[in-house]
Amino acid sequence: MSGPNSDYDPVEVSPLHAEEVAAMRDAALAAIAAADTLETLKQVRLDHAGDRSPLGLANREIGALPPQARKDAGMRVGQARKAVSEAIAERTAALEVEAEARMLADETVDVTLPTDRTPAGARHPLTTIQEKVADIFVAMGWEVAEGPEVEAEWLNFDALNLGPDHPARTMQDTFWVTPEKAAMVLRTHTSPVQARTMLTRKPPIYVIAPGRVFRTDELDATHSPVFHQVEGLAIDEGLSMAHLKGTLDHFAQAIYGEGMTTRFRPSYFPFTEPSAEMDLLCYVCHNDPAEVADCRTCRGEGWVEWGGCGVVNPRVLVANGVDPERYSGFAFGIGLDRTITGRYDIADLRDLFDGDIRFTEPFGVEI
Amino acid sequence: MRVPVSWLRDYVDLPADLTTAALADRLTMLDLKLEEIVSAGAELSGPIVVGRVLSAEPEPQKNGKTINWCSVDVGPVHNAEGNEPRGIVCGAHNFGAGDLVVVALPGSVLPGPFAISARKTYGHVSDGMICSGAELGTAGDPDGIIVLPEGSAEVGADAVALLGLRDEVLDLEVNPDRAYALSMRGVARDAAIGYDVAFHDPAAIDVPDDGSGAYPVVVDDALACPVFVTRTVTGFDPTRQTPRWMSRRLELMGMRPISLAVDVTNYVMLELGQPIHGYDRDALQGPITVRRGRAGEKVTTLDDVVRDVTPDDLLITDESGPIGLAGVMGGQTTELAATTTNIVIEAAHFDAPTIARTARLQKLTSEASRRFERGVDPQLPPYAAQRVADLLVALGGGEISAGLTLVGAAPALPQVSLAADLPARISGVAIAADTAALALRLNGCTVEQADGTLHVVPPSWRPDLTDPYDMVEEVLRHVGYDQVPSVLPHAPAGRGLTTQQRLRRRVGLVMAGAGYVEVKTFPFAGPADFDRLHLPDDDVRRDQVLLENPLSAEEPGLTTTLLTGALKALALNVGRGHDDVAIFETGRVFLPKDEASDAPIYGVDRAPSDDEFAAFDEALPEQPLHLVLTATGHREPAGWWGQGRRVQWGDAVDAVRRVADAVHVPLEVRAGSIPAPWHPGRTAELLVAGETVGFAGELHPRVCRDYGVPARTVATEIDLDRLLAAAPDLGRRPSFSAYPVAKEDVSLVVANRVASQDVADALAEGGGDLLESVRLFDVYTGEQVPEGHKSLAFALRMRAHDRTLTEAEATAVRDAAVARAAEVTGAVQRA
Repeated sequence: MSGPNSDYDPVEVSPLHAEEVAAMRDAALAAIAAADTLETLKQVRLDHAGDRSPLGLANREIGALPPQARKDAGMRVGQARKAVSEAIAERTAALEVEAEARMLADETVDVTLPTDRTPAGARHPLTTIQEKVADIFVAMGWEVAEGPEVEAEWLNFDALNLGPDHPARTMQDTFWVTPEKAAMVLRTHTSPVQARTMLTRKPPIYVIAPGRVFRTDELDATHSPVFHQVEGLAIDEGLSMAHLKGTLDHFAQAIYGEGMTTRFRPSYFPFTEPSAEMDLLCYVCHNDPAEVADCRTCRGEGWVEWGGCGVVNPRVLVANGVDPERYSGFAFGIGLDRTITGRYDIADLRDLFDGDIRFTEPFGVEI
Repeated sequence: MRVPVSWLRDYVDLPADLTTAALADRLTMLDLKLEEIVSAGAELSGPIVVGRVLSAEPEPQKNGKTINWCSVDVGPVHNAEGNEPRGIVCGAHNFGAGDLVVVALPGSVLPGPFAISARKTYGHVSDGMICSGAELGTAGDPDGIIVLPEGSAEVGADAVALLGLRDEVLDLEVNPDRAYALSMRGVARDAAIGYDVAFHDPAAIDVPDDGSGAYPVVVDDALACPVFVTRTVTGFDPTRQTPRWMSRRLELMGMRPISLAVDVTNYVMLELGQPIHGYDRDALQGPITVRRGRAGEKVTTLDDVVRDVTPDDLLITDESGPIGLAGVMGGQTTELAATTTNIVIEAAHFDAPTIARTARLQKLTSEASRRFERGVDPQLPPYAAQRVADLLVALGGGEISAGLTLVGAAPALPQVSLAADLPARISGVAIAADTAALALRLNGCTVEQADGTLHVVPPSWRPDLTDPYDMVEEVLRHVGYDQVPSVLPHAPAGRGLTTQQRLRRRVGLVMAGAGYVEVKTFPFAGPADFDRLHLPDDDVRRDQVLLENPLSAEEPGLTTTLLTGALKALALNVGRGHDDVAIFETGRVFLPKDEASDAPIYGVDRAPSDDEFAAFDEALPEQPLHLVLTATGHREPAGWWGQGRRVQWGDAVDAVRRVADAVHVPLEVRAGSIPAPWHPGRTAELLVAGETVGFAGELHPRVCRDYGVPARTVATEIDLDRLLAAAPDLGRRPSFSAYPVAKEDVSLVVANRVASQDVADALAEGGGDLLESVRLFDVYTGEQVPEGHKSLAFALRMRAHDRTLTEAEATAVRDAAVARAAEVTGAVQRA
């Protein structure tokens, strides 16, 4: 800080002439421009803008001048000092940017180095497809019902119009629990969950039952003793096959996209009457005349088999405590394992069950 | 059911230009689903013609064989230049000059494929081949070369057409409710309905009867055998051959021609759907009696098996004892033999469940039992017996009995009444009452319409039509399933997923997020698995739910621990070269109840009561959902960043701790008494609310060895149902202070056996509310720590809710914490 210059000798004020000031300023600006590091610039600041710099000393002399001269010189020195300090600020900013850029450049690493330090987990597609199906139906107001895997024979068969001598009962290759008189089986379908639901809830009923089921097939590329289904059951006043078709069409679109549809073919199941096989429009070729002939997925059919369905047989309603005079219902079931193998073009069903992590990993945590 | 299209056309006036594929599509939409179209004879091509053998000169050969050098006239079109007959070498001897034979000429191709050309052999140029049946892909004549009956063909005619070698055969899948379609008659009737064309019923024949009876019959059990018809043919010539058209049709249906009499019975079964049995009348002793079996009786069936008869079996007997299993298979003593001249034809109707039971008990399925157990037209027997007799006499001579024996009567047909709008209401298709009635009539029903109700009597061949909804299906089949519109129903507002369902999803996401890959294994296991886990002989986990019919003797039942599947999956991955593997599975285990009870069987005319329903679950085994994980190799791999970190026991504990945290359940981890298959010193017992829910840690070295997985493999198994059941509705309430924290570190020396968790718990207890957290950050043993002891270093964080703690307060908290730890665990603070 320069104080008032009381003992100033006006004889010595020549440095405040305009040319002198301009020279000091220009010298300062040249030094600033020449500074190429922040350290140099710091010295330049001391030399050209500090208290003992020519301009700093000149500034101290101003107070000794007569009033008129003081004003002129003050303006000249002030402008010069301002120009210098602005130049320093500008140069500082520029050098800081340069220095930062240099530092960042020095810190560069090979960003293509592997970074897989924490291994990724994944969930099995048979789990996540059950969740996806559940979400589709829950969005329509349906609920998800469950039941045990070792099931009472009556619930697995009799309650579903599969009496002891019913021919369809021998068609189902059933695992029986020891002893046979214990009347327990590994459930051959998730349909006993439907029976349990009807027996424990009042209509209207709209539920799906996804889960694991069992039949005595030896494991090979296309068969498995353990597989997965999702079944749906709706019981309400005035339900018809048209509602079944509407539900399945919506389901098909939610899973496979807009424009998907289903078709019915007559069939037979003891628990439904009328019964139908349902085919899904081929999700690869969409039965497009230009593509269908060469389609591997549907083998040129334009449709792929998707499951069975029908109107709930009134005998089933009676056995499960639903009044068939008041209510009607529909039911459907699809195989999830084949949905996965078909959709992802997996040739061997065993891949789903042998536990090789390379099978599950690509599916991530949701499908 | 196989359906040769040419045979089908005998009974139904199908459009001439109808393709087999189009026919199959139509039948599929009528519930006769196409399995495949078999093109019989498709392999045959080129000139295969009728020829007459002009001469056949036997020529002995050096190799001991004698060949015939033949001159064969195959007609002007096919003969050699100048209409000269062809010279053909033939090794067979069952023909001679003057016989009509089938000749494959050069340029033709026989099944194999086997291309025929003129070739030099045995010193001649053989200009074609004289064919046997086998060479043409049809039944072989017993004697070799096919010799055509004189006058049955023109020389030079196309033999392929003549012998019916080329035909399209539909293989249809017949559902259990459509037993009528196990006959040409039934399929033809549906085809006629499908194309709205005339149907010619092969059963519509005269059945003359002078009332004199045929072979006597006694029926002891009229419920099991409502109708039994016999008709006899006498003076039949057993040496007559089955005509080629008939044996060819049997072949196309997948049946082996046997003899004329047997072939006729099979042919009529295929034609009409009525199983027929033929007896050698001269072998029968006394009247045919239909009765239940008696203990100790035996019968030798046509398949050469001596069978023990049970009182559940329905038998055909004569005075000698059992001579057949009714509706399933006949017996050897009375079978139609090569010498049989007098034949008793049986055409009977049997109760479906009775036949199904015998077939099941005797483990014997036959063409007859397949039809009876599904339901045969009970009015057919007299017609079918007549049809057999007509064919036997037409083809093999003899005389038909003037009368027939008919015991019993076809059951009365039921009447089913349904609201006329039911088909429309159930199908969702606008079907008028008249349309419904018409559809039912076309299917053979009689229908009366009155007051908005249809009174329907189904035809005798449709025993499956018993309920109003069955009628709906018949109507819809006629209207077309493709007419059903698509209408989305509106379910009432639902409650979404249950809490348990949501929590289970969360567990899977947490496990995947922690780096574990989900697997799905089979729940089958057996003693060998439990041996590999080194479970003691009396371990409760050896007590399995067993299966009557397991797929493998090694795995006779259901597993009691998910480790059986998970460790096999881990070993598979290791075996396939994966060094770093971390997998998990959620699934049920199956635990027998201490007091086994049988699951109840109720009727189906009403629902079980609540108590009756509860009895199901009381009987069923416990099936709790478990979570298992297992891992080996590196948890964090080595890399340019450093060494990496191998999986260790703590990872197994950490994973389950994360799961518990995610569902807001406080999980207690403690050192306890650790059972197999765990490492006793490196496994934690896991508890929820004081109850053990599982274990986590290292597997016992012997278990790793026996599963072929690396040493120090870790695992966790917990009862997920119990963990999730403890999940609170509300998570923890966030509570924290904005005042500054005071930090103190303390090192406490305790004996090695002391669990660090106990020390931490004591510190927390002693520190009270002002002690915000206690975290163990170092464990040290070595110099400066007495032998058998360890030093535990804890970071204490102290904070008050309402003020900044003074230094004195913080020190007091620390001292109180340490004092409590000293009191509970004997901890001594290190200087």
